[in-house]
Amino acid sequence: MNRKAAVSKAYVRPMHGWWRRDPFFVRYMAREATALAVLAYAIVLTVGVVRLAQGEAAWNGWLQALRSPWSLLLHAVLLVAMVVHAKSWFEIMPKTMPMIVIGGRRVGAATITRSGWAATVVASIALLTIAWWLRR
Amino acid sequence: MKRSNAPIFWLLFGAGGMLSALLGTALVFITGLAVPLGWPLPGDLLTYPRALAFAQQWFAKGFLFVVITLFAWHAVHRIFHSLHDIGVHNGALAKLVCYGGAALITIVAAVALLSIGF
Repeated sequence: MNRKAAVSKAYVRPMHGWWRRDPFFVRYMAREATALAVLAYAIVLTVGVVRLAQGEAAWNGWLQALRSPWSLLLHAVLLVAMVVHAKSWFEIMPKTMPMIVIGGRRVGAATITRSGWAATVVASIALLTIAWWLRR
Repeated sequence: MKRSNAPIFWLLFGAGGMLSALLGTALVFITGLAVPLGWPLPGDLLTYPRALAFAQQWFAKGFLFVVITLFAWHAVHRIFHSLHDIGVHNGALAKLVCYGGAALITIVAAVALLSIGF
């Protein structure tokens, strides 16, 4: 038997669907998949500014498209994905950022994560307030 | 030694990840659900004169540009690095499609926002 045949007969652990084998990997993939939602929303907004630049009829067409059931369904999914992204982003942050030392003590992971979530809540309230204020 | 360009993409990924974590949920809710449904925000919040006046302010224009481009660069960087996990070879073609896509979004958004005027 030549070497090539030996290699091809060697057992190769099938990797198909590997991430479905462990809840830890499922959470990892769900986290990474939020990037699809972030990209989709960037595209939605890009189309929006292009339609706005093209004039009133084009803009109204974009607004009309946003009112379609498919768009509402898409944005409901995007909303859930954005929440998952915000939740996991700040859960990972203590592992990705440099240590913060305040008063000689290292700031704990839970404190960093909760601060991030609090910042998201504050930013969301601020955006909604601005949108409400712009309505006049 | 050739300097790596990786930190630039990583920085865009980090900045976009942070911005989308802070603002993504509220933005999707406002533009994708609240305004189209007319509740709890009024359905006429984004009428053409209002949207145009908003996008003509330099601050709002900059905000839209930063949101669109950083979201895009964050997303493609993350998608590119996940390709291997789903069995797609992350070679030169995948790199071109991912980062080229973000570059295209950046150019299209910049041209549109500039042509809206000030």
